[in-house]
Amino acid sequence: MPERIRRLLPNLKSILNLRRLAAGAILLPVASAALAGWDTLNMPVGVTEVSRIVYDLHMLIFWICVVIGIVVFGAMFYSILMHRKSRGVTAATFHESTTVEVIWTVIPFIILVAMAVPATATLIKMEDSGQSEMTIKITGYQWLWRYDYLDHDFGFYSFLSTSRDSIRDRAEKGEHYLLEVDRPLVIPTNTKIRLLVTANDVIHAWWVPDLALKRDAIPGFINELWTQIDDPGVYRGQCAELCGRDHGFMPIEVHAVPPDEYRAWVEKQTASVAE
Amino acid sequence: MSEIAAAHDDHHDYHPSGLWRWVTTTNHKDIGTLYLWLAMIMFFIGGAMALVIRTELFSPGLQFVDPQFFNSMTTLHALVMIFGVVMPAFTGLANWQIPLMVGATDMALPRLNNWSFWILPFAFAMLLSTMFMDGGGPAGGWTLYPPLTLQTGNALPFVIFSIHFMGMSSIMGAINIIATIVNMRAPGMHMMKMPLFVWTWLITAFLLIAVMPVLAGGVTMLLTDKFFGTSFFNAAGGGDPVMFQHIFWFFGHPEVYILILPSFGVVSSILPTFSRKPLFGYSSMVYATASIAFLSFVVWAHHMFTVGMPLAGELFFMFATMLIAVPTGVKVFNWVATMWRGSMTFETPMLFAIGFIIMFTIGGFSGLMLAIVPADFQYHDSYFVVAHFHYVLVPGSIFAIMAAVYYWLPKWTGNHYPERLGKWHFWLSTIFVNLTFFPMHFVGLAGMPRRIPDYALQFADYNMLASIGAFGFGFAQLLFLYIVVVTIRGGEKATDQVWEGAEGLEWTLPSPPPYHSFTTPPVVR
Ligand code: HEM
Ligand SMILES: [Cu+2]
Ligand SMILES: [Cu+2]
Repeated sequence: MPERIRRLLPNLKSILNLRRLAAGAILLPVASAALAGWDTLNMPVGVTEVSRIVYDLHMLIFWICVVIGIVVFGAMFYSILMHRKSRGVTAATFHESTTVEVIWTVIPFIILVAMAVPATATLIKMEDSGQSEMTIKITGYQWLWRYDYLDHDFGFYSFLSTSRDSIRDRAEKGEHYLLEVDRPLVIPTNTKIRLLVTANDVIHAWWVPDLALKRDAIPGFINELWTQIDDPGVYRGQCAELCGRDHGFMPIEVHAVPPDEYRAWVEKQTASVAE
Repeated sequence: MSEIAAAHDDHHDYHPSGLWRWVTTTNHKDIGTLYLWLAMIMFFIGGAMALVIRTELFSPGLQFVDPQFFNSMTTLHALVMIFGVVMPAFTGLANWQIPLMVGATDMALPRLNNWSFWILPFAFAMLLSTMFMDGGGPAGGWTLYPPLTLQTGNALPFVIFSIHFMGMSSIMGAINIIATIVNMRAPGMHMMKMPLFVWTWLITAFLLIAVMPVLAGGVTMLLTDKFFGTSFFNAAGGGDPVMFQHIFWFFGHPEVYILILPSFGVVSSILPTFSRKPLFGYSSMVYATASIAFLSFVVWAHHMFTVGMPLAGELFFMFATMLIAVPTGVKVFNWVATMWRGSMTFETPMLFAIGFIIMFTIGGFSGLMLAIVPADFQYHDSYFVVAHFHYVLVPGSIFAIMAAVYYWLPKWTGNHYPERLGKWHFWLSTIFVNLTFFPMHFVGLAGMPRRIPDYALQFADYNMLASIGAFGFGFAQLLFLYIVVVTIRGGEKATDQVWEGAEGLEWTLPSPPPYHSFTTPPVVR
């Protein structure tokens, strides 16, 4: 079903790129200035197919907003400059026009439909966690995470590893201050992974921006997510739902490694569990 | 303000003086004044809390407060600003202006009016006292999500009762406003001739009556879950924590429109005056307001896209939310068309109104982005959301309230405010509000969650900017307080019409208006 719907839609990627190009040409100076410090200014492009589509969608909507903003604020500033009493203008008296009202109801509506189409396609893709190759259960606690590898019967807790001293300004803050843990979640690249998210006490939310994944961890309920990471690397995130005193101190660290390396790592884990 | 108004009194009532006058008053102007001063006081209290937050966030690391206290600051800041500032300020404006604008003597239900106001100081005293209780103030966020909120210490029942009080006050205020608008209009003041401020408040009042009881029900269920062994929101007892979120946001989304619709009315009154040209598209403005209010009941779950709803639910709430952008856009276009080919001057109220339109629209754009579910998975609970709602609420609702105060203060007091200082206030506020909230878009997109007392190093620069902006904005508001006080005390006398381009019944009365506004109904052509 999702496949069919997607084929009915115009090619998402090419629309996105065209629009970005057009908007980019108009706004090249702004864009290039912004590009200087891009990753501290904007959403990360991320390392999964989904995260890249989400990024494109975000930029598409952003540029649409920029263009609408330029038109509306442009008209407004023109009016502010030209139609002022100090320039000796006398006010016009018009105050109604059904035609104009219809136009500016219909045009925004069409723009919205244009936004809704790619958004719907993306959402359908994101919610389809079928055919996954492995499953990991993620449980939120006050204030740490637990990861259970359901296919291999082992699991572990993952705590913040930043020292109290550096939080209290008594020691240097390292590069990954507040974004580092003692035992990261290790997962293979190029594998469709199903994540089951739940919590043990209050609601938390598991968020890794580079994977474009965020889902609430709710006690008594299990939420389903999936991801498939293309590039090996370390991806960091944080709990996103207020969960009490140390909500700011329960980060997420994901190590994506090639499948061979992952298998070796799993063997080591299961061996140590068996001991 | 109304000390002067009282001088015009026609002496057929008993008026105590001093404090007792304010306690027993049933006069719409006195009560309006009380509401506005309450809002002013709470604005500085809520502002001080914001500065505690921004002080801790000035640089990475924990320097000043304990994380638990930090959380109670974010929680109380939001509750104070929403229920203690924006809502009372709008009710104050409604009390002053609606009788003047529809040509009535007073509000329809004067004693209820007194009661609606006087509940509030008690409600807020109770809310603020929770800071000193065992276990600290509420620290689960203003959204009060269980199970976290159920971990609150002794403060919880007091918070819940104070919310009940605020709800009662709002509902009674809303009943009064509806009764006044429906029954007390001067002959000839048909519904479709009412000023937009009156229209937007009428619609807001219906929203209040519809959703405040829902909030009251939701928090009462929290209370029984905590103290009487029910399990509405406890999964272990067969309940569902997400149900609270549905109940809360069924209140919460209409609530955000309660916080903005009266501003639409204020701006729609101010723009024509200073453009010297009638409002463009009056009837479409009324219909747009009504459709926004209607749609606001079917979009609530856009606050909960990450809870794991079924695909169909996510799609429905995405489409419905995007749809709200249409009537909102119509409003903005109509405002620009009102300015178009007018003959504009830029006194302080006009500056605030224009600032409102621009910055509210920026907040609307980020709202539209938040409506896009796949992208909201990234934005949700990040500083991007914080940036969004502060744009619609601070340079949105708060700027509109300030615009209204500058616009009507000469009418209320008979004195002009110092124009130069007013402009200073506008420019300082505008610069600092953007310095505070614009960088929040960036840190949010780059991955900074909201409601955290400490953050990773890559967010440091923008947080420092935001903190500097916040202090600047806070101190700029002392100027506002000063301006209001000196204007009440004296100043250049205002004419009855006050503003060259002003039209409407309130400008036909003397400045300040007599104690009983229209003792004989005016004739509306
Ligand atoms: C074009 C109109 C608007 C749209 C499409 C819109 C959309 C949204 C969405 C989707 C969210 C949820 C974001 C998230 O948590 O992931 C949100 C949050 C919020 N919006 Fe808006 N919004 C609009 C206008 C307004 C207005 C006018 C106000 C109030 C004056 C407002 C106040 C808020 C507040 C307070 C929140 C955050 C609540 C919280 O989580 O604490 N919004 N908005
Ligand atoms: Cu958390
Ligand atoms: Cu909403």
